[in-house]
Amino acid sequence: MITVVYFAWLRERIGAGREQIETQAETVAQLVAELSAIDPYHAAAFADLRSVRVAVDQVLTDFDAPLAAAKEVAFFPPMTGG
Amino acid sequence: MISVQSAPFDLGDIANRFAAAQSGAGALVTFSGVVRGDAGLIGLEIEHYPAMTLPAIEDMVGAARARFGLLDAWVIHRYGRLAVGEVIMMVAASAPHRKDAFAGAEFLMDYLKSRAPLWKKEHRTDGTAWVDAKDSDEESLCRWD
Repeated sequence: MITVVYFAWLRERIGAGREQIETQAETVAQLVAELSAIDPYHAAAFADLRSVRVAVDQVLTDFDAPLAAAKEVAFFPPMTGG
Repeated sequence: MISVQSAPFDLGDIANRFAAAQSGAGALVTFSGVVRGDAGLIGLEIEHYPAMTLPAIEDMVGAARARFGLLDAWVIHRYGRLAVGEVIMMVAASAPHRKDAFAGAEFLMDYLKSRAPLWKKEHRTDGTAWVDAKDSDEESLCRWD
C-alpha cells in the first residue's frame, strides 16, 4: 500500500488530494501507468508527463525512480514558488 | 530561520532581527517578493506540500551556505490567499562581503522559484488559473550548475 498525493491542477483534475493505492509497481513510471488506468480523470492528469513532476518520500526524483519501500509518492506541476 | 506560514509578516521587523542575529558579517542582503498588481488580478492562492516544503528549503539553504560561504540565511514563504501588494516571501543572506551575500540570495531565489513545492494560482476578475512555470526560471537555475 502506497499513499499517492496530488497538488495544484493535478489535484483538481483528479478530484482528490490523496489516495491509498495497492500496487506492485516497481518504478514511478509503472505506478503512473496504473493510476492512468483508474478513470478518465487520472488519465487526463497524466496525459502529458512533460508537465508533471514527482517526489518519492518528499524528495524530487524522475519517472525512472524505483519505488522500493516508498511510502508516499507525490505528483504535481512544475513548481512556481518565490 | 526557515518558516512556511500563512500569516503575514513584517519585512522591517524580520530584517532587523536578521541583522541583530549576525556576527562577523559585512554584508546583509534581503529580497522580498510581492503580489504584482497585474491588470485584472485580485490576488494569489499559494498551495504547498507541507511534508516537503520545509526539508526542501532547508536543503537549499544548506547548499547556499556551503557554496557562497554564507554566515546565515533565512527564508520566509507564505501560503494561502494573498491580495495584490502583499508580501509573498523573503530571503535574507549574510556574508563577510556583499558579492557572496547577493549571489547567495539570488541562488536561493532561483531554487525557491523552481524547486520548492509551492504553486501559485491567480484569482482574476475573469476567473482563476494556475501560474505556468517559466522557461526563463528554469534557465536561471541552470546557470548554477
